[in-house]
Amino acid sequence: MSDLNKSTLLEIINLIKLKKISSLEITNHFIKNIEKSKNLNCFITTCFEKTIKSAKDFDAKKDFSGLLSGVPLAVKDLFCTKNTKTTAGSKILSNFIPTYESTVTDNLWSEGAILLGKLNCDEFAMGSSNETSFFGNTINPVGKNLVPGGSSGGSASALAANLTPATIGTDTGGSIRQPASFTGTVGLKPTYGLCSRWGIVAFASSLDQAGPMTKNVEDCALLLEAMSGYDEKDSTSINKKKENYSKNLNPKINGLKIGIPKEYRVENMPKEIDGLWKKGIDILKNSGAKIIDISLPHTKYALPTYYIVAPAEASSNLARYDGIKFGYRSIKGKNLIEMYENTRGEGFGDEVKRRVLIGTYVLSSGYYDAYYLKAQKVRRLIKNDFDKCFKGVDAILTPSTPSSAFKIGEKSNDPISMYLNDIFTVPVNLAGIPAISIPAGHDSKGYPLGLQLISKALDEQKILNLAFAMEKSIDFKQSFNRWWE
Amino acid sequence: MDKEKFDYYIKTEKNNWEVVIGLEVHAQVISASKLFSGSSTKFGAKPNTQVSLVDSAFPGMLPVVNQYCIEQAIKTGLGLNAKINLLSIFDRKNYFYADLPAGYQISQYKNPIVGEGEVTLDMPYGSKKVRIERLHLEQDAGKSIHDMSPDNTFVDLNRSGVALMEIVSKPDLRSPSEVNTYVKKLRTIMRYLGTCDGNMQEGSLRADVNVSVRKKGEKKFGTRCEIKNVNSIKFMEMAIDTEAKRQVELLESGKNIEQETRLFDTKKNETRSMRSKEEAHDYRYFPDPDLLPLEIEHSYIEKLKKNLPELPDQKKKRFIKKFKLTPYEANVLVSEADTSKYFEEVIKDADIKLAKNWIIVELFAVLNKKNLDIKDSPVSPKNLSSLINAISSGEISGKIAKKVFEMMVESGDEPSKIIKEKGLKQQSDPKELEKIVLKVLESNSDKVSQYKSGKEKLYGFFIGEIMKASSGKANPKLVNDILKEKLKNDQKS
Amino acid sequence: MSIEKNQVKKVAKLSRISLDENKVESLSKDLNSIINFVEQLNKLDTKDTKPLSSVIDKTLEPRNDKVNDGKIKDEILKNSPDKNEDFFIVPKVIE
Ligand SMILES: [Mg+2]
Ligand SMILES: [Zn+2]
Repeated sequence: MSDLNKSTLLEIINLIKLKKISSLEITNHFIKNIEKSKNLNCFITTCFEKTIKSAKDFDAKKDFSGLLSGVPLAVKDLFCTKNTKTTAGSKILSNFIPTYESTVTDNLWSEGAILLGKLNCDEFAMGSSNETSFFGNTINPVGKNLVPGGSSGGSASALAANLTPATIGTDTGGSIRQPASFTGTVGLKPTYGLCSRWGIVAFASSLDQAGPMTKNVEDCALLLEAMSGYDEKDSTSINKKKENYSKNLNPKINGLKIGIPKEYRVENMPKEIDGLWKKGIDILKNSGAKIIDISLPHTKYALPTYYIVAPAEASSNLARYDGIKFGYRSIKGKNLIEMYENTRGEGFGDEVKRRVLIGTYVLSSGYYDAYYLKAQKVRRLIKNDFDKCFKGVDAILTPSTPSSAFKIGEKSNDPISMYLNDIFTVPVNLAGIPAISIPAGHDSKGYPLGLQLISKALDEQKILNLAFAMEKSIDFKQSFNRWWE
Repeated sequence: MDKEKFDYYIKTEKNNWEVVIGLEVHAQVISASKLFSGSSTKFGAKPNTQVSLVDSAFPGMLPVVNQYCIEQAIKTGLGLNAKINLLSIFDRKNYFYADLPAGYQISQYKNPIVGEGEVTLDMPYGSKKVRIERLHLEQDAGKSIHDMSPDNTFVDLNRSGVALMEIVSKPDLRSPSEVNTYVKKLRTIMRYLGTCDGNMQEGSLRADVNVSVRKKGEKKFGTRCEIKNVNSIKFMEMAIDTEAKRQVELLESGKNIEQETRLFDTKKNETRSMRSKEEAHDYRYFPDPDLLPLEIEHSYIEKLKKNLPELPDQKKKRFIKKFKLTPYEANVLVSEADTSKYFEEVIKDADIKLAKNWIIVELFAVLNKKNLDIKDSPVSPKNLSSLINAISSGEISGKIAKKVFEMMVESGDEPSKIIKEKGLKQQSDPKELEKIVLKVLESNSDKVSQYKSGKEKLYGFFIGEIMKASSGKANPKLVNDILKEKLKNDQKS
Repeated sequence: MSIEKNQVKKVAKLSRISLDENKVESLSKDLNSIINFVEQLNKLDTKDTKPLSSVIDKTLEPRNDKVNDGKIKDEILKNSPDKNEDFFIVPKVIE
């Protein structure tokens, strides 16, 4: 069944619904792929026995009422999964087995999906290359020495390499869209509050948001529909009716106004990216959209703002990893304080330590106003920029990343150059609005590149429709063979 | 009264030192579930049985605020005559401790739910106003148990996440006895409102006590020390006294006071520095990103205000005016909502003057001795009311009433039943009484002669003998009339 | 502004993270470059800007005061590195 490797999520669901294939058969197909792809290091945990049992149970019941009937799905290892190890890519959680299920994954299982395994990610989602994972870096199927991006790098690689038909990630500053761009896949960061954060290991609470990662836009709409929804256990969850994104998917984008922000034309941006951006603009124009030049004047302050807000929240969110209730505890130390220090010193990797220390510093007495409060103010300016623009345009088109996938180790010694990867994705998280990255072409090295569509809060349907229209014209094709098998 | 007489100073050879005290009272909110989770707040449960994933800060757990706790905080704010803030924000207070599972406490820092207010104290030298700075909601921590093992500390998270109101006073208190009255007043108000049970043994009411001293007449405050987590009023008084003396001693020997956190050692009656802890403290407060700003509708506050019960100050005023009580009596009767309720129940149809005396003297003595709350009194308001009516109507004498009361305490029976069964009804039939009087006079004819020859002191002896002969039941007024008559008659004849 | 080595140690203490002495140097360098980077914000005038701490247009939605959680002691203790039947166990706290 070699063409199963080309099948989309929707096609697989239809095969199952039409009883052309059983849940067990499709599950075994992906298990086989996973076993042949250990070199990519996509998975931190697999639970095949449980997966197979669930597939068999599904086949016995044949309940096709769910949106994701009988489909095996792997998820980022930041989602807590009941009775299956959840590590957040960290040594400090390397033995943690939750007794509860995150709301978002629970939503998937109640739509009929089956857990295939837990995907590698940067430690506590802090990274843009998947290199900060305690479980080793994930390799991008696009090329032997390439990072898949991060922090949902394991998710992006597994999807691109067909180790899962679709997946979910989390995006705090670009962690879905950047790896999607690096692997030639589709990734959407929803409006803050559209998907529940309950049961997701927290990085930066005011920015974290779960979202779908898929092979195409239709799958993306379907998966978003399945995972999103109000959750009274999350005070920041938006209480509104569930949308039918997949049914309402419509490539007619006539008359929509698309903003092109001049501030995203950054120095040293590869020509190919500029070229793709122009290509995207042309496609939209040809489909009847109106292109409007806009300005988001505070764009360049987004990254510095992010690198105050996110570490500050993280320094507090990660205080619970203290060796008492769960996770790793150092055996060194004579008293409680030494136990804390050694547990956290041994349990956290370098990037996490850097961010916790920065976060502690910017909140500490004497520095709060200069850093944290200042950043909260600039965050408002950034959000105001978007609010103003969305009075005149329906969506904004930008490149997803300032470069294509880079080599493993290339940026790991320079935190700032690593941070700059998220320059186009971070503003969206600060403003709490949705954005989607779709594959738009390849650079001269043959590496995929993505374009990003941004809309105002809760306008997911609009960017899905735009992406759907663009996808048809772009007709992106993955260029690799399965070299790692 | 002379105010000076009650003032509290630390007097030394050189100076009179005034003590300045401010209190941060932690009052546990009465609610069924915790501030941010659905686990129970009941006292005394087995360790770690009232703990949810949220209370123990498992990865991905999120707080959802309890509506009732917000209502309780607002009500308490209204009871303290305080401003309710229409917008308040929950912040994180970051520090590491074994019984603080998240590594931060959710509290309110810059924008508390309740702002400035005021409490009036009744001191022997008159009334005194204590200003309230703020009231905010926060989570309690768990419990660390240090004495179960030599090498380890055990942690119980049952209390983790229970709602507390932190009530911060301005530095307006000047003596241990003012602190005593202040804490009791807060407790009374909260008990009236049903927002905190004030049970100090169970830790529902604790305080951080800020103490500084300055020379009498000085305007500037001295450097203060904070004595953490004192859990009884007596200990608060002791701690203030010791700490103030320590500070005075330091200052008089030319040393400085260091602003710091101290612990009160109740066994040694001394305070000691917690400097080890102090050093690293930098709480890094910031708004909790898991929670949104809390907005309160003006109309909601109005509704709560309208449904507020009569508070002790109002009730006291009413009692003085309507029932002609002295301020002292009114204070005693309103100090507990249940006491005032009991009193008002009794006087529904009984004499007020008798009622207040019986409650304040006899009933309180019994409750004290038996260590009972008034709502568990063996004598119900209705029974006390009947007893008082039996006195008023002359059915029994005051003396017999005390006996009946004792029996009511033991059995819980109604007075009429006891009076009847024990035959304690007052003897008021003049013919019967006359017989007794005559019999006593006959058998004491020698004393009668002495009386007649001028030894009038013997009158009391005759009364005593007559009462004895009637087993105390004779109506004293009638006996008096008859005896006088008989002694007079005898004189004539 | 720049972070001195001993300031890094102080922040590490506050964060309860032990640091290898030989890593303090490079860590200070990293932290300094991050701090320098974020200090771009000082170029902006934010005198009249209100800080933003939540991006959604919503206020807190409280829940009812119902007891519907707890009574899961075994679940709570299950993942703990050191515990007995009833308690979490930690090294002695020195006050
Ligand atoms: Mg305090
Ligand atoms: Zn407090």
